Amino acid sequence: MTAALSVENLNTTFFTKAGEVKAVDDVSFQVDKGKILGLVGESGSGKTVTGFSILGLVDPPGRVVSGRIMFDGEDLVQVPEERMRHIRGKRISTVFQDPMMTLNPVLRIDTQMIEALLAHEKMSKEVARQRAREALGKVGIPSPDERLRAYPHQFSGGMRQRVAIAIAILHRPELIIADEPTTALDVTIQAQILFEVQELCRDSDTAMIWITHDLSVVAGLADDICVMYAGKLVETGSVDAVLDHPLHPYTRGLIGSVPSRNTRGQPLNQIPGMTPSLLNLPKGCAFRTRCSFADELCEEGPEITSPIADRGVRCFHPHMDRTK
Amino acid sequence: MTEPYAPLVGLTNITKRFVKSLDLTTKVVNWLGGRYREEIVHAVDDVSFTVGEGEVVGLVGESGCGKSTIGRMVAGILQPTKGSIQYRGEDLLSLPKAKQRSVSLKSQMIFQDPFASLNPRMRVKDIIGEAPVAHKIINPAELDDYLDEVMTLCGLEPGFKRRYAHQFSGGQRQRIGIARALAVKPDFLICDEAVAALDVSIQAQILNLFMKLREELGLTYLLISHDLGVVEHLSDRVVIMYLGRLVEVASAEDLFREPNHPYTKALLEEVPRIDSRRRAFAPVKGEIPSPIDPPSGCYFHPRCPHATERCKVESPVLKEIAPGRQSACHLNDATG
Repeated sequence: MTAALSVENLNTTFFTKAGEVKAVDDVSFQVDKGKILGLVGESGSGKTVTGFSILGLVDPPGRVVSGRIMFDGEDLVQVPEERMRHIRGKRISTVFQDPMMTLNPVLRIDTQMIEALLAHEKMSKEVARQRAREALGKVGIPSPDERLRAYPHQFSGGMRQRVAIAIAILHRPELIIADEPTTALDVTIQAQILFEVQELCRDSDTAMIWITHDLSVVAGLADDICVMYAGKLVETGSVDAVLDHPLHPYTRGLIGSVPSRNTRGQPLNQIPGMTPSLLNLPKGCAFRTRCSFADELCEEGPEITSPIADRGVRCFHPHMDRTK
Repeated sequence: MTEPYAPLVGLTNITKRFVKSLDLTTKVVNWLGGRYREEIVHAVDDVSFTVGEGEVVGLVGESGCGKSTIGRMVAGILQPTKGSIQYRGEDLLSLPKAKQRSVSLKSQMIFQDPFASLNPRMRVKDIIGEAPVAHKIINPAELDDYLDEVMTLCGLEPGFKRRYAHQFSGGQRQRIGIARALAVKPDFLICDEAVAALDVSIQAQILNLFMKLREELGLTYLLISHDLGVVEHLSDRVVIMYLGRLVEVASAEDLFREPNHPYTKALLEEVPRIDSRRRAFAPVKGEIPSPIDPPSGCYFHPRCPHATERCKVESPVLKEIAPGRQSACHLNDATG
């Protein structure tokens, strides 16, 4: 299996007036071709900034301080902006959470899609329109010819998100970064989008990073999973391994927090306290203050270790007994 | 039919329409021979169900199905266009205004967005303390002790009562919203997507708080949510809505074990679950229709895999299919 993208020791810091905020702190992972990686975390965990760092979209006062983002033999941190413009949108594309904010409300869908095509490839408008129509058909939009002439407000939320995905796949990218793309959608519509996405990745060998706070979506969709907490990766591994045998106390807490059929009538296994501010992190392990296993050892930050093959965990006290 | 709970709140044939009236321009155009018509949204269409004392009823549906409108009518914020709401057997809408207000006070609402639902210019002690003093539930002299008590109950540090809402995190803000609702000693809480905006770990804390309050205060809940996991976790009974109509009412156990209505089935199948891995999503086709222009017959028929000719013309009524279970689907007639 070849890696479509590998991120090595990425650090993205925001230099604010209130102090340095390490939004992404020593994050490493890789996504293979045709695979879906779920990047999971709560608000403020740095998952979105990780996606933005890959795309080179981090704005001042933030910047990528160190680390490498290897994409097809190139380090995206080092490439000049001119070159990055040829990669972003063409070879790495993105889908954001709110399609009403990402589509231009005063332009017709065809104008926006053709513009996106012509920005990267030389072709006639007729060919571009043809390509746009194919892309709309591929994401399951009925009668794409008519829909091309519509404005974004004439679409429902689910349809708009399909259009956003269609724009993302126009250039048959090697990697798609999807940032909470189904969070604002209803259950039945979400299932439709997940269905299209699964097919896309399977058929075109596209790699995908699916950024979300929702473990249950990742469970059904992704191959691998990375859990982030306060800017750091705390656990990585295959979906089955991580969800069935979580090693990190935070992952265990997250899974225990999801209400489901198995938890009826019992109190949920909640994590005490709240997510710390990135400006004011506890020394050592950031989860220490909420963790029931924490001791003096945890005051010096643990590194990512691999107690089991193909797994990574940032904890001195991983939950090992069940996996032995 | 055995009903373990005495009914606390009952809704009978509730209908709510929102009408977008014509403005002056369209009226003039009509006068000149135009054909503009008023747009009517049937937000809630002939809905009846009860909530028993001490029961947790989950009200589930997708956006635009009218679940929040029902919550607002039960809380007395909106008036239904037709139908009646009973509270402990009394018809709420035919009571004199003053009495109506004191009855409505027993139903309190908790809102989705803990940022928008708290006044940013009020201190926490005023947010929580204003209503019980105004309604003479508590003597102003005893307010301070009462605030300590309510805040502690909701897991808030009483020392923070002079702070403003923006000084709290999302989860704590939601606790303030809950404390505000509890301060007037209600019997009935209407939670309108009360945990939807919170992070998973914070959501679990609030859900646990709801369960604790239910045990300690004997509260009754109407839990409005699109999240089936949350509903399954907390509810005794579940009401499923689609486009303003009820499609299925059943005990949570029955419903999740054996859903009857095709829409409920589709909904349950498509909920992402933590224990279902890399499955093939097989979604129901189509969009949720607009409530301005709903389809004929059964509202679900354009998306239903089992739809017949009958479903296109005749809209099914909510019928009892088993003790304590109701469903609105023609298929139940065919199978007997």
